[in-house]
Amino acid sequence: MRWILVALVVVPGTIGDVLNSAGMKRQGELTDWSLHGLLRYAGAIARNWYILVGLPAMALSFFALMALLSTTTLAFAVPATASSYILETAMAKYLLKEKVDWHRWAGTILVAIGVILLAV
Amino acid sequence: MKKYYLFLKKHHLLIKTVIASLVVMATNAFGNYALKLGLSNGAGVKASWAPVQYIRALGHPWVIAGVLLMLGWFLSRLVLLSWADLSYVLPVTSFSYVLSALLGVLWLGEAVSGVHWGGISLITIGVAFTIFTRPGTTTRNGSRSE
Repeated sequence: MRWILVALVVVPGTIGDVLNSAGMKRQGELTDWSLHGLLRYAGAIARNWYILVGLPAMALSFFALMALLSTTTLAFAVPATASSYILETAMAKYLLKEKVDWHRWAGTILVAIGVILLAV
Repeated sequence: MKKYYLFLKKHHLLIKTVIASLVVMATNAFGNYALKLGLSNGAGVKASWAPVQYIRALGHPWVIAGVLLMLGWFLSRLVLLSWADLSYVLPVTSFSYVLSALLGVLWLGEAVSGVHWGGISLITIGVAFTIFTRPGTTTRNGSRSE
């Protein structure tokens, strides 16, 4: 059961992350930190279709993580989702057209291995 | 004073990115810690597909704190993603795993073996590899910026 929950954390989480990243890039940076500016920015996010579709995917991933955290140790639950690093970096390169140089690949792979070691 | 101003101006993007990343990491690590504490020890949730006990657990103070922290994590991450690449944010903010592991050791009494320390070291090196790359490599319309 715990590996089904891991899949439910990883797959919807990856889809949600890619959609959120695409949505926020189109949204642009938050520059007006006044209350009015924050509300206007929040309103624009609430109308952003990428975020609106990404949010339920993230929510599913989050509730699966809650279920995972309640059934296993923190040392297993958090690192078990390490495969999402490679998957999301590949998605970022090919779908989001990000420039993923060797520094980023090395960083991502080292982090993924490190996260797996934390689960051992 | 002028020297500090020039430093801040020159490294504005890196400083902004590091501060936002720290907020993302702290809310994630403390959120995980609060949820773990609330779900396992406080609300006594057992392994099950039944959603009722998870919904009931949402009334527990530690679970409420955990959910609020995870909401803060989600929002701060969205703000960070508005200028930084996903392939940058993922490895850099993974330092929260190190924070989570340290919180587990310090407050939950979880053991850290030599292999765990190896994992912590690799994550730290991985973050170091990524953090000095340019945070944003795409433009607002989704094409690559050179």
